[in-house]
Amino acid sequence: MSNTIPENLRYSKDHEWVLVEGDLATIGITDYAQHALGDVVYVDMPRVGDAFGTHEAFGSVESVKAVSEVFTPIAGEITEVNDGLNDDAEKVNSDPYGTGWFIKLKMENPLETDAMLSSEEYEEYLSNQS
Amino acid sequence: MRYIPNSPEERVEMLEIVGLKSADELFRSIPADVQLNRALKITEPLAESEVISAMEAFADRNTASKKTSFLGAGVYSHFSPTIVDYLIQRSEFFTSYTPYQPEISQGTLQYIFEFQTLVAQLTGMEVANASMYDGSTSMAEAFLMAQRVTRRDKIVIAETVHPEYLEVGKTYTQHGDLTIETVHFDKETGRVLDAELNKLDDKTAAFVVQSPNFFGCVEDLTILAEKAHAVGALFIVVFTEAISLGLLKTPGECGADIVVGEGQSFGIPMSYGGPHLGLFACKEKYVRNMPGRLAGIAYDKNGNRGFVLTLATREQHIRREKATSNICTNQGLIALAATIYMEAMGKKGLQEVAMQNAQKTAYAKKKIAEIEGFELPFSSPTFNEFVVRAPKNASEILESLRKGKNTIGGLALSKYYSENDNDFLVCVTETNTKAQIDNLVENLSEFS
Repeated sequence: MSNTIPENLRYSKDHEWVLVEGDLATIGITDYAQHALGDVVYVDMPRVGDAFGTHEAFGSVESVKAVSEVFTPIAGEITEVNDGLNDDAEKVNSDPYGTGWFIKLKMENPLETDAMLSSEEYEEYLSNQS
Repeated sequence: MRYIPNSPEERVEMLEIVGLKSADELFRSIPADVQLNRALKITEPLAESEVISAMEAFADRNTASKKTSFLGAGVYSHFSPTIVDYLIQRSEFFTSYTPYQPEISQGTLQYIFEFQTLVAQLTGMEVANASMYDGSTSMAEAFLMAQRVTRRDKIVIAETVHPEYLEVGKTYTQHGDLTIETVHFDKETGRVLDAELNKLDDKTAAFVVQSPNFFGCVEDLTILAEKAHAVGALFIVVFTEAISLGLLKTPGECGADIVVGEGQSFGIPMSYGGPHLGLFACKEKYVRNMPGRLAGIAYDKNGNRGFVLTLATREQHIRREKATSNICTNQGLIALAATIYMEAMGKKGLQEVAMQNAQKTAYAKKKIAEIEGFELPFSSPTFNEFVVRAPKNASEILESLRKGKNTIGGLALSKYYSENDNDFLVCVTETNTKAQIDNLVENLSEFS
């Protein structure tokens, strides 16, 4: 399991990551989060077209231990969900920053990501957690 | 729970510890004007022999059990093999509750797994849960499940679903955002009225149909499933008579997404309408939205087979208010009775009992239709229930049979369908003899 935290992403204190491309944001959960959850067996996704405010639960991740909500770090409308997780939720564990992504959304206000943590800040946040 | 008696001395001691003078002071918080200030009106203590006599006298007042009955309408009289009651009364089964540390109770989980397997096979579905309270609450839970799956808020339901099931469905969902629309029945066939299927639209979460329906008519489920799926709705099939599954094509083969029904016919006494057994099965792709508990099979690292409660993460004790359902229990002992019944009967036995029901019913239909003035208003095929249209008021005829002929002739439909004063529902099971059917026909002839 890799401990490296990608530098090109922004992070939330709920352990979601965001990849910004124009006004589109790709959202997933971090390596730390997947590790804490344990083996992921199912991801409950929103639908394309659903709109969420900042810090709203957009779905849930079910591991062998528990079900946890996942939140939108930024407001926007869902443009795509990762259907690949339907058949292979384990990607959330094996490739959290890549093929294990959850949703893409069209951001209402791209400036919101400025308030999120950088990779260094997130790393520091994690080190204070333990 | 144990009953722990205490002596007057012990009571005084306990009151002293809490600083009270009498037990009455414990109830000071209850306003005086709602307190019962007299002794309960119950008899003085009786000797055991006197209690037995008194209970026998009570039991003798139950005259219904000594009448010939053709009453069905959701609760059915069937023969239950002696092994059912014998086995469920073993203390390992009889005293056990749904386990809180489930995996320690391998025996319980194994029979639940067997029960689920049998229900899934019987309904032609991929998964079944560990059971619900009864058929009507199973159906109400299926409404909510369809809402979760489709994220739509409208239920379209056939008027020929058991009227009391519909009442429960409305009660169950009244504080949510579901709306319920009914589809009338065709007065010729007694089945869903095709002309009203345009109530199905892109807001419809589920189309709900009972078969055999409340009038005993077997619905054409395959066509109705297509209508539901054409608008993206789930197709929910309800049954009240589980024995019919021994003869009819399974709801799963007909395209059902969720199948719910009552399992009372499987070795469970009628006992004034409960406790009964809710059956619940669905397609595997919807399993995470299914209410209730689910037992699964698993293997440990040494390859030993074991049974587990699976998908418990959907349930209340983990997901709290986000749980898929309020129901995180099952009808343990009654599900066991149904399991033993199904295993004792076997595939052939169940087919045979279903065939007897259908054949005796066909005989009764033929004979009643021959009585002058009596007719069978609906043309659809039936299983073990059918509607009879009498030349006179049905309630009065049935009352007269009950009083004068020691016979419960069926159910007057005016109780549920106001326009049908002369119609009544007759049920014939394997427990009715040919002589009983001939007697009923003779008795009805007096009203022609």
